[in-house]
Amino acid sequence: MAKRFSIKHQPGFTTIAATCFIVLYLPIIVLVIYAFNAATSTSEWGGFSLKWFQSAWQNTQVIDATLRSFQIGAIAAIFSTIFATMAALATTRTAPYPGLTFKYAAINQPLMVPEIVTGVALLIFFSRIKIFTGYSGLGYLIAAHTAFCVPFAYLPIRARLENMDLTLERAAADLYATPWRTFRRITLPLLWPGILAGLMLAFVISLDDVVITEFVKSGGQDTLPTYMLGQIRRGITPEINAISTVFLLLSVAIVTLFFFISRKRD
Amino acid sequence: MPDKPDRNAIEVVNVSKIFGSGEGQVAALDTVSVSIRENEFFTLLGPSGCGKTTLLRLIAGFDFPTAGEILLYGQDIAPLPPFKRPVNTVFQSYALFPHMTVADNIGFGLEMLGKPKAEIKARVTEMLKLVQMEALASRRTSQISGGQQQRVALARALAPQPKVLLLDEPLSALDYKLRKEMQIELKRLQHETGITFIFVTHDQEEALTMSDRIAVMSSGKILQVGSPRDIYDRPSERFVADFIGESNFLKADVVGVSGGRATVRLSSGAEIPASLPEGLVPKGKVTIVVRPEHAQLSAASPGASLLGTVENIVYLGTDTHFHLRLADGEHFIVRRQNSRGAGDGIVQGGKVGILIGGDAAQVLKD
Repeated sequence: MAKRFSIKHQPGFTTIAATCFIVLYLPIIVLVIYAFNAATSTSEWGGFSLKWFQSAWQNTQVIDATLRSFQIGAIAAIFSTIFATMAALATTRTAPYPGLTFKYAAINQPLMVPEIVTGVALLIFFSRIKIFTGYSGLGYLIAAHTAFCVPFAYLPIRARLENMDLTLERAAADLYATPWRTFRRITLPLLWPGILAGLMLAFVISLDDVVITEFVKSGGQDTLPTYMLGQIRRGITPEINAISTVFLLLSVAIVTLFFFISRKRD
Repeated sequence: MPDKPDRNAIEVVNVSKIFGSGEGQVAALDTVSVSIRENEFFTLLGPSGCGKTTLLRLIAGFDFPTAGEILLYGQDIAPLPPFKRPVNTVFQSYALFPHMTVADNIGFGLEMLGKPKAEIKARVTEMLKLVQMEALASRRTSQISGGQQQRVALARALAPQPKVLLLDEPLSALDYKLRKEMQIELKRLQHETGITFIFVTHDQEEALTMSDRIAVMSSGKILQVGSPRDIYDRPSERFVADFIGESNFLKADVVGVSGGRATVRLSSGAEIPASLPEGLVPKGKVTIVVRPEHAQLSAASPGASLLGTVENIVYLGTDTHFHLRLADGEHFIVRRQNSRGAGDGIVQGGKVGILIGGDAAQVLKD
């Protein structure tokens, strides 16, 4: 039998792959290990301890920031997913027309415009509104997060819609289903895994955001990432490692869930 | 059924469908008119791109005609959306709802019509029985075979008792044996339900075996409508004769017309009778068609309509094909059913006479 080309059998494959994984994961492993450090240093090992987890848990600032992150993330994820679903339906359930590509680009704008630009723009824009309305609550952060989460929610939903057989909707209409009932009974259930995937992706993206949040937040509106950034400026203790470790576990859990949901029913 | 044969279920009146605009305009249907009778198994037959699927989609409501009317029992349904038409479709890809069970798929139409639960359940059971799928009612549609999916698609479309059932090449995804079975099954279902079937196919054999009547389509037009026998024995145009079965085309001169039949003179000088397509009064030069099995061969030439040389003899078990070259250089095929017995003296390279009997030749419109 002729030997087929296989990338696995090229010289250096194992070395390159191993190096990539080490570079990717070694810093994270070190970070996780030092979360259990009994000493106050993030580089010198002083024995095993869970005290930094305990200290983070008792730190009301950490808890506040975490809850705020979840609140913003959850609301922004829901809104951005609703908008993304509508956008995905509008851009796939139509014959191609001139300007459609431009609309794709407009929807995905947050992926292309540098975050720092959006951050500055929103800072200026929202400060005007703040002066005008006097409102300075979480609404600004939620609005900003919703906006930049839309493309992340949009992509899996659109992918799902594009793979959906249009004949199914036609068949429903043929069987006396009105457009609304076709959507409720056929399109939405089949789209659901895509919507859930979009929702979770949006949530993770919101949870992780630093740049835009840093510009938009008012005093006392730290999210977990901006709180951590602030702490690091004042000198690092393994408490940051402990928070990061929990954050990491949470993200991994959500991404795993996302993976299973998008695999299911395919 | 024969008690009310002349009531039309569907009347397509001067329907055109034009896609695109300006320079790129394409007429998928060009002023098509056809009437489909109640309880009929009607087939739209033609090559891909002939407009048969477009016509079906217009009747289903997935597209709207550029011009013309589509009447369902006298009412113009052309402007109605699909969910307001008492017409159901069996799709080429079946289009079963993957997130529902077999039973839920079949009940979907009735549910959308707002029928009571008990009625839906009874009707679904009846439908499952009709297509012999009772055992698989609670399966997901992804867990059943292609042939079974086909049956579910049929049951789903029949369950709401549509006035007309549209079938868009529903057998094309099945293998040969299953397709043969389903052809018989479809005929049975049509007979048992008494519903008007409009069947779209590019397969002439399928059309001939299943249909009460066939409309042969090409380039957005209906060329001929008739029973399978009409279409096969009396094709009105060269395209129809060519698309369905094998044909011999001969040039001839019209020498007389009387009583719907013509007498034509062949290149050999022999004069033979030929039937005419409806409404045609031919003059001068025409083309006639003779099916290979409608001509006879004789080793002796007296009385023959044409003379030819045997170029090739192809033995096919049930019958034999004789490939002949006529005196004027044209090709001619005669098909003869085989029987056991002595040879008849027809050999490769030999001269033979071709007899074209009283009912074998047909004058074509073009």
